[in-house]
Amino acid sequence: MNPRASRALLALSGVTALFAVTPLAYLCVRVIEVGPAQIAEVLVRQRTVETVLTSVELVVVVMVACVAIGVPISYALSRIKLPFAPIWVVLFSLPLAIPSYVAAYAWLAEFPAMSGFWAAALVLTLVSTPYVVIPTTIAFRSSDPALEEVSRSLGRGPLRTFWSATMPQTWPVTAAGALLVGLYVLSDFGAVALFRVDAFTRVIYTSYRGSFDRSTAAVLAVVLVVLALVLVLGERRIRGRVARWRTSSGSARSSLPIVFKPIGTIGVLLGLFIVVGLSIGVPIFSLVSRLLEGSRRPLDLAELLNASVNSVWIAGLGALIAVLCALPIGLLAARSTSRSVRGLEMVSYSGHALPGVVVGLSLVYFTLRVVPGIYQTIITLAIAYAILFLPKSIGATRTSVAAVPPVLEQTARTLGRSPLRAWAGTTLRLSAPGIAAGGLLVWLTAMKELPATLMLRPTGFDTLATELWSRTEIASYGAAAPYALALIVIAAVPAWLLTWASEKSLRRPADVDHQGPQLQIESTVVR
Amino acid sequence: MTSVRVQGVDAGYGRTTVLADFNLEAKTGSMLAVLGSSGSGKTTLLRVLAGFIRPTAGTMSFGDTVILGPGVWLPPEKRGIGIVPQEGALFPHLDVYGNVAYGLRGHQDIGARVDELLELVGMSGLAHRRPQELSGGQAQRVALARALAPRPALVLLDEPFSALDKGMRGEIGHEVRSVLKQLETTSILVTHDQEEALALADEVSVLSRGVLVQQATPHELYTNPVNLEVARFVGELVELPAATKTADVVLCVLGEVKISNHTSNMKSGILGLRPEQLGLNRQETGWQVVSQSFHGHDTLVHLKSAEGVQIQVRVPGTAPVAVGDQVGVSSHGLGRLF
Repeated sequence: MNPRASRALLALSGVTALFAVTPLAYLCVRVIEVGPAQIAEVLVRQRTVETVLTSVELVVVVMVACVAIGVPISYALSRIKLPFAPIWVVLFSLPLAIPSYVAAYAWLAEFPAMSGFWAAALVLTLVSTPYVVIPTTIAFRSSDPALEEVSRSLGRGPLRTFWSATMPQTWPVTAAGALLVGLYVLSDFGAVALFRVDAFTRVIYTSYRGSFDRSTAAVLAVVLVVLALVLVLGERRIRGRVARWRTSSGSARSSLPIVFKPIGTIGVLLGLFIVVGLSIGVPIFSLVSRLLEGSRRPLDLAELLNASVNSVWIAGLGALIAVLCALPIGLLAARSTSRSVRGLEMVSYSGHALPGVVVGLSLVYFTLRVVPGIYQTIITLAIAYAILFLPKSIGATRTSVAAVPPVLEQTARTLGRSPLRAWAGTTLRLSAPGIAAGGLLVWLTAMKELPATLMLRPTGFDTLATELWSRTEIASYGAAAPYALALIVIAAVPAWLLTWASEKSLRRPADVDHQGPQLQIESTVVR
Repeated sequence: MTSVRVQGVDAGYGRTTVLADFNLEAKTGSMLAVLGSSGSGKTTLLRVLAGFIRPTAGTMSFGDTVILGPGVWLPPEKRGIGIVPQEGALFPHLDVYGNVAYGLRGHQDIGARVDELLELVGMSGLAHRRPQELSGGQAQRVALARALAPRPALVLLDEPFSALDKGMRGEIGHEVRSVLKQLETTSILVTHDQEEALALADEVSVLSRGVLVQQATPHELYTNPVNLEVARFVGELVELPAATKTADVVLCVLGEVKISNHTSNMKSGILGLRPEQLGLNRQETGWQVVSQSFHGHDTLVHLKSAEGVQIQVRVPGTAPVAVGDQVGVSSHGLGRLF
């Protein structure tokens, strides 16, 4: 890349990073304005301490539950010979297609008495096990069978070999998945709000709604971001370790599946069936029964259509902004390792650690104070989506550009193309599908976004997510069903893409990019 | 004395049978190379020996211990067989010390044993390196030390040198051989590289499509291969149509050639000669130089006769001919009729 182009890209990347970090920075400004005395007062308040404890407990319980359920499932999916093996893998990725508030709605519609900590823990565990199951299954399948064979030949039986040779290879992947679950739970708004659990996101939202005490909301939001950062950094560190541990390219050979006696196979299938039944069976059953029952109020098709159109175009606008902002930094990050580029990339990823509630809250403050003209307009909402999902877009751009060997562009130059045309004809041309796919992913994800949408949407502007929300809040479950169905259909697309991509990488074990599946999962995090 | 005996073994994956009625023997303290191209069944054999695949029929014993027989099947951890896999396959979560000590659980003086082995393979002082910090050759040395630590009766080497670059390959190969010889450990080296097999092993077994075609010393295998396939596989071969004249003389385009396999019932066949059994004669004609490839220590000269027969002649050092020259060709030593 020539120095002038590179400097221009660096400048544009700076703008992106600034854009991405605005909400966080402004939130900090707000908190500083609150003043140390009042911050301290908010922090030691009993309600704050309770909120922190509730959130941390919820995160820990769900993480532990996901690992406890996820690791045995992964082992069964990867090593045991099961009938219909590929279908099981798909079934265990499907919960990714159910946003937490849709799952919570479905359970509530079936069991209206459900509420509180354990209800939220149950539903969040069921929707987030794929974050552990998918990467761990891939890790079990792609771990070098030679290691286990050596361990057996050195005198350790199957069980000991699992603990001392297999688990040490796969646990970082599992742990990274579990931390992703933690991040998801911490930033989740829908499930905790519907089950009335006073976790961070709900407390922030209600104190914002209460509007008499907005500084409390700001202080709590900063604490929430700090907790989220701990999880993000932990996940990053562990993932670095996974990368470091891969030594040999490994052989293309995979382990021979374990064949159980029929009774054992039936036992395993029963276990898998129970988990699938709870995580997708119950929501689908509930949804379908609500649809069949109908509601007292007949379905207003115009309303549904209006909400769908709103969802589609506002999310599309957000995706467009995200793709444009991601381009310069994604291009640079794929080709350069300089410290300034790394730094800008890190900053642009801040959306990854920002729960939707926090972005919503800070943009409310920011627009009210700095640019009141766009307060509660669709522009602010689109910007919020762009900030939240910028990491997905940067990731997609970066991966697609990095996949194009620079030698193609150089060859084009030797064949007489000018620098710009050589770049456009090779690097841009070949990475365009990947960049577009990233944009599509942002688009679909933004359509499901709930908390920021609730806080930032113009009055009277309804999307699928907000319509589902308001109907569920007043317990009119039948009326909410069509919206839930529409949201599941939308969310199924990225889940399907993810499964397809990981199945494809499983079929070619030799070129599995061991960070790939993790990145893909990260990019489908449903907020 | 026989250390490893495999008799009538059938084995494969699911419905595919790879080895059928397979037999193999290896002598105590010797190194046996199992040579075969990919798909010949050599890896399956190794996995059967190690206990990762359970044969459907046959018996196997190591020394006095029966490991496969009617109602007997010892799992890998009970066999006392060491394996050195491709590229070493060191445990990435353990350092060199941890890798070598892995098989010593419950032993006494683990530290001393690990030190002893690291010294044996020339890796003293590197006990606390991580596998990622080792070169390919070092990783193979550690993998050997790890396999040898519990004093196995048999060590299986699964193409252990294929990932090393060519210069390293020979060096590490001979080191491994000398360590195994020093400890008088029986070993089986699985490889597709005939040079490696001939250079390192005491005996070589050639595998083809799941069948043991020939087992012999490297010299015997190279000079007296049992069939054309083996002859071609273990080295370059000049093939000439020939007719038998007497029981041990055949007539071919090079004139009369003595053969090592006396054939009473064959009237004609293909005469096999090694390129180094042929020599150039610049005073005569009959063969035209088509091309030559220079290898430093020798040159392989490709020739064509007026009738279109093609042969290669190996000449030490540089060949004193140019492309297009007319030369004569003579042979020495015994050929083999197939």
